[in-house]
Amino acid sequence: MTKIVKLKKGFDLKLVGKAPLEFLQVVAATTFAIKPSDFPGIQRPKVLVNEGDTVKAGSPILMDKAMDQVIYASPVSGEIVEIKRGDKRKLLEIKILADTTVTHEKFGALDLGQDRATLVEKLAASGVWPNVIQRPYGIVANPADNPKAIFVSGFDTHPLAPEVPFLLQGDERYFQAGIDALAKLTTGKVHLNVDGSKAVPAIFSGIKNAQINQFSGPHPAGNVGTQIHHLDPINKGDIAWTVAPYGVVQIGKFVLEGIYDASKVIVLAGSELTQKGYVKTYTGANVSTFLGDSRQAENLRIIAGNILTGEKVDAQGYLGFYHNQVTVIPEGKYEEFLGWLKPSATKLSFHKAIGMFSFLKSGEFKVDTNTHGEERPFVVTGVFEKVMPMDILPTYLFKAIVTEDFDEMEELGLYEVIEEDVALCEFVDPSKNELQELVRHGIELLMYN
Amino acid sequence: MKLLQNLFDGMKPNFEKGGKWEKFHTLYEGHRTIAFAPDLVTKSKGAQIKDATDLKRVMITVVIAMIPALLFGILNIGHQHFIATGGEGTFLDKAIFGALTVLPTLIVSYAVGLATEFTFCVIRNHPISEGYLVTGMLIALVMPPFIPLWQVALATVFAVVIGKEVFGGTGMNILNVAMTARAFLYFAYPAQISGDLVWTYLGDKAAVDGFSGATALAVAYNSSIDGTPVVEALTSHNAAIGADYSFMSMFMGWIPGSIGETSTLMALIGAVILVATGVASWKIIVGGFSGAYAMGLVMNALQVTNLWPCRHTTIW
Repeated sequence: MTKIVKLKKGFDLKLVGKAPLEFLQVVAATTFAIKPSDFPGIQRPKVLVNEGDTVKAGSPILMDKAMDQVIYASPVSGEIVEIKRGDKRKLLEIKILADTTVTHEKFGALDLGQDRATLVEKLAASGVWPNVIQRPYGIVANPADNPKAIFVSGFDTHPLAPEVPFLLQGDERYFQAGIDALAKLTTGKVHLNVDGSKAVPAIFSGIKNAQINQFSGPHPAGNVGTQIHHLDPINKGDIAWTVAPYGVVQIGKFVLEGIYDASKVIVLAGSELTQKGYVKTYTGANVSTFLGDSRQAENLRIIAGNILTGEKVDAQGYLGFYHNQVTVIPEGKYEEFLGWLKPSATKLSFHKAIGMFSFLKSGEFKVDTNTHGEERPFVVTGVFEKVMPMDILPTYLFKAIVTEDFDEMEELGLYEVIEEDVALCEFVDPSKNELQELVRHGIELLMYN
Repeated sequence: MKLLQNLFDGMKPNFEKGGKWEKFHTLYEGHRTIAFAPDLVTKSKGAQIKDATDLKRVMITVVIAMIPALLFGILNIGHQHFIATGGEGTFLDKAIFGALTVLPTLIVSYAVGLATEFTFCVIRNHPISEGYLVTGMLIALVMPPFIPLWQVALATVFAVVIGKEVFGGTGMNILNVAMTARAFLYFAYPAQISGDLVWTYLGDKAAVDGFSGATALAVAYNSSIDGTPVVEALTSHNAAIGADYSFMSMFMGWIPGSIGETSTLMALIGAVILVATGVASWKIIVGGFSGAYAMGLVMNALQVTNLWPCRHTTIW
């Protein structure tokens, strides 16, 4: 039943600053935050705690009034120290000061023999549910839906991304339990997609209740959106769910132990970090203790998440719910004399236009945040099509979103993509458009109209 | 380069909001980004790094691909002039004559086109785009060797405004701007852009005896009426004065025609540059040519006699 897919289109960004496969000893983070902005589909966030309350790991602290069965839980036990609001009292983040030892809410182990409705209800109330993402739209899944299949991507091809098997080591039992639980939630299959260019890692090879598929090729071969497109594409009216491997483990821990365990392994990478490697922490951790000596340096871009889809945070910022990576690179606020004309073999480029010789260099590239040019209107260069391993026409899809043409957006495949699927397009675009933002805008148009 | 940077910085307040030239800030930005790649950084959400290639580099690649055709065009115009007027010309004479004929057209195309473009950028407050770098050169390449400069200027304004700016500028146009310029001239002033007499620039001299300015296509057409074999008609054309339409001279481009049009070799060099740099798609180039070739064969197969060009009659 294994499906083997070899992809040619795409682009691997080989960057300086890859983390070695070893654990670092760092001072544990003490504050953690949950931000509604981590969950794109959240509509009317409501805080369930007050400043000064004490919570346990798994205590409900946030919900969406538009989908009230799903609970967003506290990742650690401790005290709610701040509920930060912005303009018009918009909820920005809920900060928690962690206890030295984390205590958990006890839900009791989950019997997978129960009927689906009860299982869903318990999962939704436990804090693990936001790991389940709905396609189309890339939003937290609605427990009331019945997805046609569930997809798990077992590898990450983003630049400087963590090695997934290394993140999950020791969690084999939980991973299997998580897959078992997911298999109960769909009438279709659970697809577990692994890196076809390597031997199947031990944690995935003996897995039951899931179909293992192999994907090989450059990034975005590891993106779950690419994989869905080649396994069971999403048409209008279809609903599929995706869960990241870490989410599967978290669900498995809830099934076996009856707790919401937000401990996770993340990777610290990027050219400007003095200490690179893997650390154990919890969801929503404050990033400052991870930065080591780099904390004081000027002109750094600290990114929660990876370089293509992540988010800039300051040295006191927090990891997002789905992030398993902190990347630090230099800021690029400088002018370069005739920068658009100068030949270079050291500046990373997908293009081979006059003077761009980076395709001749085989090593790793050091990158910064300079845009290398101003924003311009779309010019049809055909470059998006070269990095998009899906049978869709990205240029025309983007134009349809710009002109807010609903029929075209649907027909050109907006149901199949979310931000991460067009991140490479955004990187290679010579017109420097914000394509991830554009795709989210298009998705919101489809969702709310 | 600090000096230039300081110069720009010194001027900057005038172009900022409230400055005396506030309206023209897009011109300031446009020129500064030519001198210096801007100090912009990526936004806080989304891709945190961007490719080192921008639209300027893509466009300049296209301009570079056109330079062989331009240089050869300059030389060839001198070459054709000396053949037609019977004078002896060295390489340098030909190049200088050609340059003096072509450069005014090129300069007018760029100056008028950019002025039109800048005007629109200021009025509509959008950034100056790099598209005209390519268009300005293309307009010159598709013009006959000698054409009144006021016609070039008029065609350029028409093409930039009607072909591009009314649709919103670069990237929004539905017409190719350079081809719009040529089409405009063909319909507005056909005398200067069609017939046998405009493809060789004689200057103030008279043509030698036996010179005919007929193009290769016209010679081929006439041969089909006379009944002479086409190849023979082509190779013997103007042979008396030291020029011909042999395969080689047509491939090299030593024939009369528009400035950048004549040389197949130079066009191929341009194509190689575009394909090798990934700016053009070989599939589109090959597809376009094979489509035209296949259609030509179909027309040829349907030809009865002397029906070329097919505008004379249709057989269905």
